[in-house]
Order: sequence, then C-alpha cells, then structure tokens
Amino acid sequence: MSKDYAIVGKRLAGLDEKDKVLGNVIFADDFTMPGLLHARVFRATKASARLKRLDVGKARALPGVACVLTAADVPYNESVKNVVGQTTEVGLLEAKHQVLVRERVRYWGEPIALVAAESPSVARDALRLIEVEYEDLPGVFDPLEAMKPSAPKIHGNNNVIASWKLRKGDVEKGFAEAEVIVEHEYRTPRQEHAPIEPESGVAWIDDMGVVNIRYAAQVIEHYRDVATVLGLPESRVRVIGTLIGGGFGGKEDVTVEVFLALLAWKTGRPVKLTYTREEMGYGRHKRHPYILRYKTGARKDGTLVALEAEVISDAGAYVYLSPWVLIYSTVHSTGPYLIPNVKVDAYSVLTNNIYTSAFRGFGGMQMAVAYEAQMDELAARLGMDPLAMRRKNFLKTGDVTASHEEITSQVRLEECARAAMEALGEKSRPASSRKKVGRGFACCWQSYGRMTFLHDTSSCWVNLEMDGSAVVRTGIPDLGGGQRESIRAVAAEVLGLKLDEVHVISTDSQVTPLSGTVTATRALYMSGNAARLAAESVRRIIAEQAAEMLGAPPEAIELRDKTAFSAKDPGRKLPLTEVIKRCLFRGTVPQSLNTFKAPFTEAITSDIIQAPIFPDFTFGAQAAEVEVDTETGEVKVLKWATAYDVGKAVNLNRVEGQMEGGAAQGLGFGLMEDYLEQDGLPLTWNLHDYLIPTSRDVPDIKCIVLESESGKGPFGAKGIAEPAIGAAGPAVVSAISNAIGVRIRHLPATPERVFFALQGKEGKG
Amino acid sequence: MVKTELYPLALTVNGRPVSARIAAETTLLDFLRDQGFIEVKRGCDKGDCGACTVIMDGKAILSCITLALQAEGSRILTVKSLGSWERLHPLQQAFVDYEALQCGFCTPGMLLAAKALLDHNPHPTREEIREAISGNLCRCTGYQKIVDAVEAVAKGAYR
Repeated sequence: MSKDYAIVGKRLAGLDEKDKVLGNVIFADDFTMPGLLHARVFRATKASARLKRLDVGKARALPGVACVLTAADVPYNESVKNVVGQTTEVGLLEAKHQVLVRERVRYWGEPIALVAAESPSVARDALRLIEVEYEDLPGVFDPLEAMKPSAPKIHGNNNVIASWKLRKGDVEKGFAEAEVIVEHEYRTPRQEHAPIEPESGVAWIDDMGVVNIRYAAQVIEHYRDVATVLGLPESRVRVIGTLIGGGFGGKEDVTVEVFLALLAWKTGRPVKLTYTREEMGYGRHKRHPYILRYKTGARKDGTLVALEAEVISDAGAYVYLSPWVLIYSTVHSTGPYLIPNVKVDAYSVLTNNIYTSAFRGFGGMQMAVAYEAQMDELAARLGMDPLAMRRKNFLKTGDVTASHEEITSQVRLEECARAAMEALGEKSRPASSRKKVGRGFACCWQSYGRMTFLHDTSSCWVNLEMDGSAVVRTGIPDLGGGQRESIRAVAAEVLGLKLDEVHVISTDSQVTPLSGTVTATRALYMSGNAARLAAESVRRIIAEQAAEMLGAPPEAIELRDKTAFSAKDPGRKLPLTEVIKRCLFRGTVPQSLNTFKAPFTEAITSDIIQAPIFPDFTFGAQAAEVEVDTETGEVKVLKWATAYDVGKAVNLNRVEGQMEGGAAQGLGFGLMEDYLEQDGLPLTWNLHDYLIPTSRDVPDIKCIVLESESGKGPFGAKGIAEPAIGAAGPAVVSAISNAIGVRIRHLPATPERVFFALQGKEGKG
Repeated sequence: MVKTELYPLALTVNGRPVSARIAAETTLLDFLRDQGFIEVKRGCDKGDCGACTVIMDGKAILSCITLALQAEGSRILTVKSLGSWERLHPLQQAFVDYEALQCGFCTPGMLLAAKALLDHNPHPTREEIREAISGNLCRCTGYQKIVDAVEAVAKGAYR
C-alpha cells in the first residue's frame, strides 16, 4: 500500500528554516508602524477581592500617555462563549470572563486597566500612577475545598463547572473478579507553556475603518471575540497571524488581541502590546493540575477487569476551555486499554488560582500519569513483565472504548514500547555507589482533530500561475511546528512541483480561507486534507485539459517537473505552462477553493460520555533511563527514546521535531515544572524560578517513527504534536521507580519529593 | 519631570559604526532593537532564556542584562553577521539541514552561542556543546537536533 512520493515522507528543510537562521522572520514584537503607541496592562495584586476604588486620573494626566482604559470604557466587557457540549446538570454553561475587572477580582494578575503611551517607559510609569483600593474577600485555592458546599463561590452557585462520566459494565462485579487491585492517588503539576516568544502584537485601524491586529495567534478566528467586545461587525475586525515563536496552547485562548483592539479603537493610532515574561506567568492560563484517584483490578494472567476513577481538575478563576479539557480527560482516562468494567467521574472546579485551559495534551496527557503507573504496579504485583501485562489489554483496531469510540486506525503500541526500550541500548552503570540507575517506559493514546460535535471544517485555495508555480492560501497559523511547510509539501506533491515552486500565503482572516485553529493536533489532519482536496481539484482541471491536448484519458495524466504526460505513454508530454495557457484561453482558471469536513456528530446530551467524540487517535510509547542520587534525590536523565505510529510522516524532520520537543516538555512536566502559587499568590513567574529543561537536562533522544498509513490525515498521516508529550512524564516516573523502588505519585518528581520518598521507604523498612 | 541625562555611545554592529545618545539605564538589547537590529530577540529580559544573545568582542553575552554603555567601543555581532540567503554560514546551513529549529525564536541566540563556542573550541564534545548552549532555552526541539547540527560543523562536515 505504501507508495513512492516525490516529496512527502522526505526530510524537508529549506525555505522556512533559511529565513529563521538568517534572522529574517518578523515576529509579532518585531513589527512597528509610524506613530506607534506602547501598551501595558495594569493587573490585580489580590487573588480574591472587591475593587473598592480605582483612580486612573493621575495616569491619564501623565505627559505622553495617550489613553487609559478601565472596564467602564469597554463596550462589551463580558466575553461570553457557549461551551458546546456541556450539560445543563452542572454549574455554569458559559465561559464568561470579564475583559477588565469591573468589581470583583478573582485571581492575582487579573487585568484592571490598559495604558497606551508614546514610549514603553512612559507606559510603565503610568502603571505606577494608577491608584487602587481593595476589600479582601475570602478565597479558595484547593479544588477539594472548593467542591464543598460551604466554600466561597467564584461565580454563580457552584464551583463545579463541569462533570463528565464514563459508565461501562459493572465495576463492583469487575473488582469481585479481580485477583489483584491497586488503588492510588496521583497529582499532576500546573505547567506553564513557556514559549520563548512572549505574547505580542500590533493593532491599527486601516483606511477602511477595519481594526487590524497582527499578533502571535493560534486562533485567528478570535477576530470574532474582538468584534463582540467592541460591538463591531465581524467583518470590521481582521487578524493577521504572525509566525509564532512557540505556543503549545498558550496562544490559543485570548491574550493580547482584545486589549490591542480596544486601545487602537479608542486612540485611532497603532498600538503594540508585548507581555513581560512575568506577565506570561500571572496573566495567562496554565495546564490544569489534576488529582487522580485510580482503582484498577486485574486477573492473575494480567487481564484488566475493572477501573474506577475519580478525576478532579483545578480550573482556576475562569471557565475558559475547562469543560472541554475535562472531556478529553474522561475519554482518555482508561488509557489505550480495553477494560470491561469502567466507572469514571470527572470534575472541573473553580478556585481563585490562575485560570487553566489549553496546553499540549489538553487533559489527556495528565491521565497517562495515573493509568501507566497503575499498569506498572499491577504488573509488579503479578510478577509480570510490564509490557507483557499491557499487551494483554491494548486496544486493537475495531475495539470500542468505554466512551463508545470505535478504534478505526492501527494500534501499534507493543511495537512502539518494544522499540523505545530497545533503543535505550545497554544499561548504564551508576557513577557512584550512592547513585542508582533505572529505566522504564510508558504508553499513551491521544486524539487528534477537534471534538466532532464542534463540526470542524478547514478551507484552502490553490491556484496555478502561468509559469506553472502555485499559490496556496490557507488560514492555518504556523505555531513553529512547520504547519505552513506541511501545506506546501502536500500541494507540491499533488501538483508535481518542487517545494520552492509553491508559495503559501497563510493566516490572515480576511485574505486566506479560514482553516481553523492550530490546536488539538488538527493542523495537518484538517488543513492538510483541505490543501490536498484543493490541489487535487486543480490537478483535475489540468489533467482534463492535458488529456484533450495529448489525446489520452484524463486518469492517465501525470504531473511531474512541470510536465504533463501520459502514464501509459510517457513520450506524449506537454510543458505544464502550455496546459495552463490553454486552460486560461478557454476561461477555465486552474484554481480551486475546497473545504474539508471532519466527521460531524451530535452535541452531547448526557453527562455520561457514550458516543464518538474524536476523529481518531495516535498511539505511542516513550522510554527513559535515569540515575537517581539517593543522598540528594536528584534525578539525572541518561537516555531517552520515543516511538509513535504517526500514520505517515509528511515531513520526517518536523515529525521528529515534534517527538523530541514533546519528550523534552514532558520530561519537564515529570521532573521540574510546577507553577507555584501560595493562596493564589504566584511564586514562580519568571524563568529562574520556573525551570524548564535546558540542553543539560535533556539527554540524547532516539526517535522511532512508525508509519501505518492508517490515519485520517493526508497520505494516511495521524497527528503527532500532542501525542508526543503524553508518555514522557509517566516514563520518567517509571524509570525512577525502577531505580529506587519507590513510586513518585505527585509530580513533578523534584529532588525534595524523591528524597522524602526515599526517607519514607527507609523509615518503613 | 526629571530630565533624563543622555550619554554618547559609539560601537560597531556587524561591522557597521552605530552611535547614539542614550539614557544610562538603556540595556544593550533595547539599544540594538531601537537601532533596528530586531533579529536580537527578547524572551525574558532577565538573563534567563538566552534569546537576546549577541557576540561582544568575541564573547557570547546576554544583551538584556548588559547596559548599552558597557558596550562602548565594542564590536557586536548579531545573527545577521553570519551569512546570506545565497551563502549561509556553516552553522546556519547545518541548522537548516538538521532542522535544528522549529519556531525559530531562540535560533539567533542559539547560533551565536554555538559560534562563540566553536570560535574558542573548534572541536567540542557533545557534552561541551550542551554546556555551551545551556543558557539558551529552546522550548520546541528538545535540543537533540541543535546538538547534532553543532557537532556536525565541529566535525568538519560544512568546511
């Protein structure tokens, strides 16, 4: 079934990369305009309070200040989004958030006022002149406390803003059949995305009265949210997306765009706003911390019989995408295993902590911490090899999951896990007697493509120029993962062109067809399919014209090296340019606009998830070797391997890049990253307190790319961006456990936690 | 308002003389970006991330925690000093070939950290490469392909 492609599947490096190594890319903050104003955000320094007094008079009077805005100046201060799919049984149905604090402060760092000034230093000085008085209100910072009826309410009457369940079989009966049961609680950290590029953009009003916002956007469709807040028609707001300096979900929710538009609208001048690194900490969402209570039972032969779990996520002070993230958690909570009896109850709870929302893995990856640790422990209790135990339970093609998803693509988990472990090679020897070496692996599954009840579509336009080169227009933003380059590769492959003969114009809400968000591991799947459809339509136009000119059937026409020829008789050929000219002469323009539609399903009507929600899943495994210093608790990662079935690697370089980057970000999640708050007060708001992996923390990573060509993307590709992080955290935990005989259940596995875990063990022994 | 006192500053950037009168607290990063050298990136402004790395008199430094006045008379190199579209610097070519980047935001600083390393130690081990770039954070790649690319140059693959 595997086919030879001219471009797809190769290591494609060139155009995008060259501009980046030359320093030519004009990132969001690099852009400027004549008369540019510089903006800053004034933020709350209380986690739960009433705003008693706000006085911006002195700030407004400061020479060089063009404008200071408060909630009173915002036409529609409440940005409201229906969270599709939430049931009516629980809490709020709408992800309300206020653009600027009107009265109540719900988290430390919540925006209160906006300043625009002639220079960055005047804007900064103006912040200091804003006077504010608070009345403290009781806050709640622990999601378990927040679930109690007596807890202070963040919004409305119920802090539980989402609840989803899995129900399959009879867990009581299942546990009765179990010969071994393990039951544990796990906790996962509040991870910060920490892209190296801060959120940033420039907004201006053009000479047609349209609000233009050029910013680092994962979702250019936010022009709609901006229009809502300003009370403008959506057609009067345009988003021009930049090449993004990393996002990982951090630039998926609204960041600078609404503030920029408000300031440009009020002043009539171009305005730039770039978050400080600290502001990225306290001013923008994080990954949901989870409490995971898992009880898993198996038979003596390793067959799983029952899973009962309670899953609680800390949503922070605003709803944002928490109900959706929790759907992912619920569906993925079983792991990639077929379990006959399942009962999962998942809750997302508001607190006065920083709000949490999208982050690579989107509620699915946290579950792997629990389901993989449980598998390891069951295997240990049964005296089984952990892979042999898993093999008995892996999902297979055609299986139906506990949430009634049928697995339609291939599942190569055993091959992935074996390949990853083998890639670690010979086991390292400890550097000294106080150090212990261990290794472990973990498997994971992660959906790709948005939830099908969202009725996702993606559009793309392709045109052949008279010289045979192609122009592609696609709305998809490039997050840094090479999304634009993949579109180029798909179009070039279909049209028989070289990469540099295809120009891709991307990410402009009024110029490029909307292709949807660069989120949910959907870019290649959705926009790649759209590009393929559009390029194939253009190809058909050319083939029909060439067939007529060559006297061959259209289906026999092939395009290669700007030549159209008959596959049956390659001697019969024409320059592509001749065919295009003939098309144009006859009024048949070789262009096409096509829309790819994901499978559509009905909205969820029950809080029990019992219908397909995802287009497909990616499966993979990662393996780690660590050395633990038993005196200090320090963990050094010695070796790493990651193996995923990516369906088809459209660009092998970029696929490996996702896998290696996902491994490193997951290593950080497992070992060091935690955005700490004390009663809502942020403690780790810069990169010397919030540590992310450096080149010395990450070892050499071996990448094993499997290609089943069974995915739903172009050429059988699956998505890899989010799956790539999933198995990393649990793999490193497994390796630590293998080294020291103690399992760390509260991530990250910092030296302190490892040290005290060792003490506890020795104490008990 | 207190009148800000301005001080003269003269240095060369990528071989070109640049001079201005600046406030004493102006960082080298602010100065360079104000002068149009926007290839020098601001990631944290605290000396933590390395995105603002430039080479000053042969040494890789963090321009966000260097006062511009400290650079008086110095020779500054940004990533634009390395190569051109037609003729990439060996490190740039290796970064392209090895896909030693994704979003590209840390890349200018990363390339300069690597160049400063190879200028002083033309044949580093992988450990030495990892050490030399450990002040340059990359959130996309996991560093694997960056280390591979620098090592390839060090081993003479791009001579």
